[in-house]
Amino acid sequence: MSVLLIAEHNNKEVKQFTFNAITAASQINDDLHVLVIGKNADPVAKSISEVPNVKKVIHVDNDIYENYIAENYTPVILKLSENYSHIICSANTFGKNLMPRIAALLDTSQVSDIIKVISEDTFLRPIYAGNAFATVKSTDKKKCITIRPTSFDAAPTSGGSAEIVKGENTDPSENTKFLKKEEIKSDRPELGTARIVISGGRGMQSGDNFKLITAIADKLNAAIGASRAAVDAGYITNEHQVGQTGKVVVPDLYIAVGISGAIQHLAGMKESKVIVAINKDGEAPIFSVADYGLEADLFDALPKFLEELNKLNTIQK
Amino acid sequence: MKILVAVKRVIDYNVQIRVKEDGSGVVTDNVKMSTNPPDDNAIEEAVKIKEAGKAKEIVAVTVGEEKAQETVRKALAVGADRGILVKASGTVEPLAVAKILQKIVEKEKPDLVFMGKQAIDDDCNQTGQMLAAILNWPQATFASKIEVKEKVLEVTREVDEGLETIEVSIPSIVTCDLRLNEPRYASLPNIMKAKKKPLEQIDASELGVDIKPRIEQIKVEEPPKRKAGIKVSSVEELVQKLKNEAKVI
Amino acid sequence: MSREVMEYDVVIIGGGPSGLSAAIKLKQLNAELNICILEKASEIGAHILSGNVFETRALDELLPKWRDLNSPIKTKVSKEKFLFLGKKKSFSWPTWLLPKVQQNHNNYIISLANLCRWLAEQAEGLGVEIFPGFPASEILYNDDGSVKGVATQDMGLDKNGEKKDSYEPGMELHAKVTIFAEGCRGHLGKELIKKFDLNKGKDPQQYGIGFKEIWEITEEQHQEGLVMHTAGWPLDNQTYGGSFMYHAENKQIFLGYVIGLDYKNPHLSPFDEFQRFKTHPSIKKYIENGKRISFGARALIEGGIQSLPRMYMPGALLVGCDAGTLNMPKIKGSHTAMKSGMIAAETIFEHLNQQKDLAIYEEKFNKSWVYEELYAARNVKPSFSWGLLLGIIFTGLDQIIFRGKLPFTLRHKHADHETLKDAKDMPKIDYPKPDNKITFDKTSSVYLTGTNHAENQPVHLRLKDPNLPINYTLKKYDEPAQKYCPVGVYEVQIVNGSSKFVINSQNCIHCKTCDIKEPSQNITWVTPEGGGGPKYGNM
Ligand SMILES: Cc1cc2nc3c(=O)[nH]c(=O)nc-3n(C[C@H](O)[C@H](O)[C@H](O)COP(=O)(O)OP(=O)(O)OC[C@H]3O[C@@H](n4cnc5c(N)ncnc54)[C@H](O)[C@@H]3O)c2cc1C
Ligand SMILES: Cc1cc2nc3c(=O)[nH]c(=O)nc-3n(C[C@H](O)[C@H](O)[C@H](O)COP(=O)(O)OP(=O)(O)OC[C@H]3O[C@@H](n4cnc5c(N)ncnc54)[C@H](O)[C@@H]3O)c2cc1C
Ligand SMILES: Cc1cc2nc3c(=O)[nH]c(=O)nc-3n(C[C@H](O)[C@H](O)[C@H](O)COP(=O)(O)OP(=O)(O)OC[C@H]3O[C@@H](n4cnc5c(N)ncnc54)[C@H](O)[C@@H]3O)c2cc1C
Ligand code: SF4
Repeated sequence: MSVLLIAEHNNKEVKQFTFNAITAASQINDDLHVLVIGKNADPVAKSISEVPNVKKVIHVDNDIYENYIAENYTPVILKLSENYSHIICSANTFGKNLMPRIAALLDTSQVSDIIKVISEDTFLRPIYAGNAFATVKSTDKKKCITIRPTSFDAAPTSGGSAEIVKGENTDPSENTKFLKKEEIKSDRPELGTARIVISGGRGMQSGDNFKLITAIADKLNAAIGASRAAVDAGYITNEHQVGQTGKVVVPDLYIAVGISGAIQHLAGMKESKVIVAINKDGEAPIFSVADYGLEADLFDALPKFLEELNKLNTIQK
Repeated sequence: MKILVAVKRVIDYNVQIRVKEDGSGVVTDNVKMSTNPPDDNAIEEAVKIKEAGKAKEIVAVTVGEEKAQETVRKALAVGADRGILVKASGTVEPLAVAKILQKIVEKEKPDLVFMGKQAIDDDCNQTGQMLAAILNWPQATFASKIEVKEKVLEVTREVDEGLETIEVSIPSIVTCDLRLNEPRYASLPNIMKAKKKPLEQIDASELGVDIKPRIEQIKVEEPPKRKAGIKVSSVEELVQKLKNEAKVI
Repeated sequence: MSREVMEYDVVIIGGGPSGLSAAIKLKQLNAELNICILEKASEIGAHILSGNVFETRALDELLPKWRDLNSPIKTKVSKEKFLFLGKKKSFSWPTWLLPKVQQNHNNYIISLANLCRWLAEQAEGLGVEIFPGFPASEILYNDDGSVKGVATQDMGLDKNGEKKDSYEPGMELHAKVTIFAEGCRGHLGKELIKKFDLNKGKDPQQYGIGFKEIWEITEEQHQEGLVMHTAGWPLDNQTYGGSFMYHAENKQIFLGYVIGLDYKNPHLSPFDEFQRFKTHPSIKKYIENGKRISFGARALIEGGIQSLPRMYMPGALLVGCDAGTLNMPKIKGSHTAMKSGMIAAETIFEHLNQQKDLAIYEEKFNKSWVYEELYAARNVKPSFSWGLLLGIIFTGLDQIIFRGKLPFTLRHKHADHETLKDAKDMPKIDYPKPDNKITFDKTSSVYLTGTNHAENQPVHLRLKDPNLPINYTLKKYDEPAQKYCPVGVYEVQIVNGSSKFVINSQNCIHCKTCDIKEPSQNITWVTPEGGGGPKYGNM
């Protein structure tokens, strides 16, 4: 049977994570159908139909789907579910909110937040905040799965031409109303969700020197992190702390500057995709997890780093 | 109004998780257990609502082994009035917990059910939504602010893009985020008093729900260790590698 | 806000073997008594760290049926070894030549933390109320100066001592008799000893710092029931110490090291000595394909009978290592701690029933087997102040030939904080870098202890003079706190060219070494907010 993926979007654009979920879903079964529920979401359906991995797009359009409400999405999906062996979406707040509702009504035990597809019923998922990996096998007939988007590459977004079919809407729930949405706009991305994080440690020597970090963060549109020693010394406030007792971050790029790499710090960043360490002590433990290590005095290296970045004109905002 | 709060007993968040050598799970013997952190927020919120005169009774419920009592006692010490322990051993998946809670809801008839957004052991993030589905109640997940109005709740949710506010009618299910409030301490006098509060024990088998696991855990292993990469000799080289090799800038 | 008060017949401070045994014995003598135990750890056992080879003598008396009660006492000692380590070589001492007190064949290898958890279940079964997560932080006195009880720590103070929103005042617990069972260097016990002058005429107390790691090792290297001790390398002849390796169940070994805190060289780092010790070929072979799963450290009390303070005072008793009942040549204090708690219980029973004075505690104690043991052991530790070799020769004569009955008593001359020599006069020690396989650094070690303290609370390591570390101790002793603290709580940082003393109090594993060894006694350990500190499993 085919697999059904629920797309996340804002009625105009597809959310990036959906492309990662498409990759995972097509590893389970290549007969992949994507469901787009929205209001005037034709551009969304169209973009998804261009993804080569997608075999069919089902588009359900109605005013009641302007905002995403799990109670309204669920019956649409349940109605379609008969034809599918797997129902899938990404494990961000959208999918986390929605999928268990579907799973419960299908009397299925959901498999959350998978990071690897082993076979069509067996998956790898992190438990205990990533401190252990469990291989689990679902014995339910229909499988409800959420996918950790950062563990799968995004699918290519052009070259395909899947058919788009219209689906039927269902009655909306009267018990849940959308009131408003405030997108948090700040000059700098949030530490927890930033694509790039640059962190300073005790090697920075003062709060003032953090401006070297800030300048690079501005350039890379990165969030600013810190070690606890830097926080304790008063160089920066504790919302910036990364680690066991601070935030856990999983950016594409993590740059550790003047941080020795204590295990409590690593606990908060070792899942980052690419780690860069700048430290003058060649034996600092941070180098044992860094993809790229630069043994240098940060007061020389940071200004040069900024200079080199300025020479590039390709940095994505 | 009556609020039911589900609390789970998990390995304390300060304890370093150790995977068993035979791959059958993680070590839990003689390991310090505590209340799942966002469940503390759930209890706290219920107590605040009661203190504001908007709720009459708070019932704390847990599903688990005999020792999970401690978790209910802790909830009683910070302000719940009554406790329920549904005894079940072995693996109880979120779907099964939701089915058990459904029975408790039918019996207790609460107006609201508060729970944590996610348990820090299995990180499933399912139970609240599943309970809402099988009760056909509205759900407000990842709540970072809750306002009790007449017949409805206004809930601010922490979603990926920022904050979203929804209104759900009562009865409903709310799952709580860590930022909802700051849980109070269980003070010694209150712990002493909590020992005298009623705690009912029910055997899961009496509830007539199927709680057999549907997911087979094949093995649990340590996450792969990260390996050291290379050392670069200059800033120029670093930037080149980041751009052309890692493709992250 | 005023504090709430609760009245008990007996309040016990500390849920270690001594406190729990006292509680159980009291309930056995009179089931009607209202008894509570306060424990600073988040649960019973979470702050207990011990070897442990356990002598069941006290337990046999307290709960004779322990074998049928699912107790965690399983592994009988089946084989013993004693090694002298040279730098590369080792030489095995025939066990028949070991003093009798150091032979272990009737003893068991246990986790003392698990024994405490089990004792706590027995105590609760008898109706004892146990409150983990609540340190006693203050002693309360009656108008006549007798001990009235204790108060628990206020919770929800910020780092400046101001009340946060979550502030909860502590609670007063009043008792007819309060038992202090805080273990080695109890901070309330210390106050009582001073206030009631309990150590008048006694020798200065002696301490050691003990480390312990639990390793899971390969089947081939594991010999359940094996007990092995070593002396010698890497310590020099002048420094008192040695190691233990106990092969427990489940392919685990308990590997540890004890160093006398009367060491002289301020450059010595007990933590690094322990790490280095593991690289000796006769030790490394056991662990090189194994995995370290736990780490911890705790001070132990070694002064014995010469330093044992008076253990009673109006309204209160001191028991176990809070007083100092450990038997040093045996490196065993659990059974004596338990017995002292049981004697305290009998004393209190007679005190409450027959109005006998608490002073009968001393008579009872002196007639017990604990006193006999400690008396026979009294000369061993002081003899090592002559160095390892002379110490061993003397101990051989004293313990094997004379069985502790020599007609004189050697004295402890100095308190441990007085023994450091100036840094400039002592050799620096170059410790090897950790290899992260068998040796580790302090931060990855503290990681395994599960230690944490709520942020934004008053620092629980108080400096009498905040400038002393930099102005005096750094110059004279190279600030040895950087070395003796097993988890790197104390650091000297150079900030803008000048030195600064940093206290990372959140790392503290409550071993109490700083409170003991600081040369000017400038550091005072006080109780942090409840539940803080390590979360040891089966230590
Ligand atoms: C319970 C507990 C929880 C903890 N939680 C956290 C946590 O959440 N997050 C966290 O970060 N830590 C945490 N820690 C603390 C952790 O153990 C370390 O102490 C801390 O991470 C060290 O920070 P650091 O690397 O900045 O400082 P240091 O270890 O002092 O390292 C500074 C580094 O800077 C380098 N350096 C100095 N000058 C220069 C220069 N000019 N150029 C280049 N390099 C230079 C040095 O070589 C050194 O490697 C925790 C500890 C405990 C016990
Ligand atoms: C693949 C898989 C394998 C598993 N293997 C094992 C195993 O080998 N051994 C084992 O012991 N468990 C195992 N479990 C876990 C067991 O099934 C969990 O107790 C159950 O799944 C709850 O998951 P969760 O806590 O992550 O749910 P979540 O949905 O994350 O929990 C959210 C909230 O629901 C409430 N809640 C959840 N559980 C309870 C409860 N028991 N009582 C009261 N309230 C509750 C709490 O308010 C909690 O904050 C496994 C689970 C899965 C999915
Ligand atoms: C490395 C090492 C190896 C050892 N090996 C052995 C061995 O092999 N065999 C043996 O018999 N003995 C051994 N011992 C000695 C043994 O551990 C002690 O003698 C024994 O633990 C003493 O028991 P206790 O009850 O007096 O104190 P502890 O066991 O120290 O217990 C005291 C309790 O009181 C609590 N507490 C302290 N202060 C407060 C407060 N203010 N408020 C509330 N609670 C408080 C503590 O958290 C702790 O739980 C060893 C010790 C060490 C350090
Ligand atoms: S600060 Fe003192 S009590 Fe705490 S771990 Fe260090 S030496 Fe031990």
